[in-house]
Amino acid sequence: MLQRDYTTSQLDVLEAEAIHIMREVAAEFERPCLLFSGGKDSIVMLRVAEKAFWPAPIPFPLMHVDTGHNFPEVIEFRDRRVAELGVRLVVASVQASIDTGRVVEQTGRRASRNRLQTTTLLDGIEDNRFDAVFGGGRRDEEKARAKERVFSFRDEFGQWDPKNQRPELWNLYNTRIRTGEHIRVFPLSNWTELDVWHYIRREGVEIPSIYYAHTRKVFERDGMLLADATVVQRGDDEPVFEAMVRYRTVGDMTCTGAVESTATTVDQIIDEIAATRITERGATRADDRASEAAMEDRKKEGYF
Amino acid sequence: MDILRFATAGSVDDGKSTLIGRLLFDSKAIFEDQLEAVERTSRDRGTEYTDLSLLTDGLRAEREQGITIDVAYRYFATPRRKFIIADTPGHIQYTRNMVTGASTADLAIILIDARKGVLEQSRRHAFLATLLRVPHLVLAVNKMDLVDYSEERFEEIREEFTAFASKLNATDLTFVPISALHGDNVVARSENMPWYGGSSLLHHLENVHIASDRNLVDVRFPVQYVIRPHSATSQELHDYRGYAGQVAGGVLKAGDEVMHLPSGLTTTIKAIDTFEGRVEEAFSPMSVTLRLDDDIDISRGDMICRPNNQPKAAQEIEAMICWMADGLKLQPRTKLVIKHTTRTARALVRDLHYRLDVNTLHRDETATSLGLNEIGRVSLRTTQPLFVDEYARNRLTGGFILIDEATNGTVGAGMIIDSH
Ligand SMILES: Nc1nc2c(ncn2[C@@H]2O[C@H](COP(=O)(O)OP(=O)(O)O)[C@@H](O)[C@H]2O)c(=O)[nH]1
Repeated sequence: MLQRDYTTSQLDVLEAEAIHIMREVAAEFERPCLLFSGGKDSIVMLRVAEKAFWPAPIPFPLMHVDTGHNFPEVIEFRDRRVAELGVRLVVASVQASIDTGRVVEQTGRRASRNRLQTTTLLDGIEDNRFDAVFGGGRRDEEKARAKERVFSFRDEFGQWDPKNQRPELWNLYNTRIRTGEHIRVFPLSNWTELDVWHYIRREGVEIPSIYYAHTRKVFERDGMLLADATVVQRGDDEPVFEAMVRYRTVGDMTCTGAVESTATTVDQIIDEIAATRITERGATRADDRASEAAMEDRKKEGYF
Repeated sequence: MDILRFATAGSVDDGKSTLIGRLLFDSKAIFEDQLEAVERTSRDRGTEYTDLSLLTDGLRAEREQGITIDVAYRYFATPRRKFIIADTPGHIQYTRNMVTGASTADLAIILIDARKGVLEQSRRHAFLATLLRVPHLVLAVNKMDLVDYSEERFEEIREEFTAFASKLNATDLTFVPISALHGDNVVARSENMPWYGGSSLLHHLENVHIASDRNLVDVRFPVQYVIRPHSATSQELHDYRGYAGQVAGGVLKAGDEVMHLPSGLTTTIKAIDTFEGRVEEAFSPMSVTLRLDDDIDISRGDMICRPNNQPKAAQEIEAMICWMADGLKLQPRTKLVIKHTTRTARALVRDLHYRLDVNTLHRDETATSLGLNEIGRVSLRTTQPLFVDEYARNRLTGGFILIDEATNGTVGAGMIIDSH
């Protein structure tokens, strides 16, 4: 008789690990929440959460840090998904942070609310007394992330101290914190961009339409294609043209670029990604281009 | 496609970063923008060639000092396997980082500089990998180009290391002569070493058999979370009570007789649930939800096993401990929090039997404490019984972490040798 060798596919292993992480949080923290941007990583996280607690509902709310500069397609998608799952959504608004004077809006053509989000995020965590916050970050995204723990400790100022991280062994996570501190939890730490797409295909989960190739009015800046929209300040020397594009990440419209593409199905997207030679952040995120250590600096301050 | 997790260890300048850079580069896991950034930095520093090692030096402080000082995780895939690399620094002052990286590794690559041969640190790396029970070891003898691709030199190193490894009960040991810089025997077999009959390093990583490294014999299901939907609308869901967790050992099947610990009560598995529906069986590392035939009071931290194959319910634990704290020392009477599977208790250090010199394996029985990065054999007493196996038998039910209640830091990692 043939001996079974009990192999498990890569997606099953990654999913089982993410489910374990989510249950660990639900069991050991009082007030967890899941950051949901409507982007593909948070969609995958939400899917895993749905599975981890089934047939019970997801036992924590979602939080969206709304820059006010979102793609309308993504907000529409977010609201529909939240209604389907019957979960509570907390919206932390960057506009509200500006209106109450917590942050000052940048001005000029390259003004972006990207960095302001950190304050709004930390205020949202504090106001709701969240003690564990799920983020969709992956270690393959960026150098500074490669060393971040799955359970990443934040002090009472929301700061990350990369030199003083808790060792993480086996599947044992240290969840202890004092009041006012919190843990950022990254259940997708070990996933790559391709794993995320393979999972989306396997699960057949819906994603916002802007991930698929579509015709859009865009203009070029620093080699990136930005959407022509009222919230994006464009100069006269930046002519608008129509192009067939899709987005690899969904963020703030002012700093998230599109890539030219004809991929209109998940299969085609996977083929395209497998062939591309530029990381999703390098291709489409002006925020990460600022300097080689841009992400590390923002993360220390408390960014996602 | 499955996943292989491996750790890399080497002393400074043995070529670890170059090797990882090459594996990532040749498997196309490096993107153009990452490569450009590295090329730019190499130029700025006046390096003539593109320093692939820069790809893996993550944080700014490390970039500035030019050394790797924490575990960093890297990813690449070939059509056969997905790989997760735990890139760990090699200095003795980073023993805790190597221990961390090795804890989840299926395989460890130990780099040796062919010119220098087996050094004290190579022995230390091999010892730590076997202490953490990494099932497969690969000795990558690097910089073969600098010893004229000499078979004799390679054999010398192989013999010396084999003699040492026999003292460690290393299970599976493979030697590969490589040049990380030039790519010899990394991805493809090298024409410079026709005398070498084995496979290239990547070929070995793609094919090493790991499925049977898991414990598929002793059923261990640490209860992680109790799922109770409390549905008001659906009668079936109203009474639903499922025990969620990740299988830590053995194969569970619907209909199996099982025992609950600590109660010792037995019942049968009614169903194994997943979001997709019921499954017939569950094994490590699956995350599933069990429903049982009888109403037993079960909560997080409890263990489900088989009546004729139980872990020990122990409060006296003998373990090898790697101490990871900067300030605090481990010594008799130290009180700590212990986290083992899904159970958390308090632990008191009763005795430190010896401190191990990780370079010479000498046991210092006069030692009175363990400091940062030191390893020793310790007796602990816990406030509650833990359901344990020997670490050698099951890494998931034999490993634990220690937490300092004052700082909440993770201060130690333990591997159970014996218990009662
Ligand atoms: N000749 C030769 N030099 C190598 C080889 N592998 C690495 N090096 C060089 O050895 C030095 C140290 O390598 P690096 O990868 O930074 O070592 P690490 O400290 O172990 O990460 C660098 O100058 C490399 O170019 C090799 O196979 N042959």
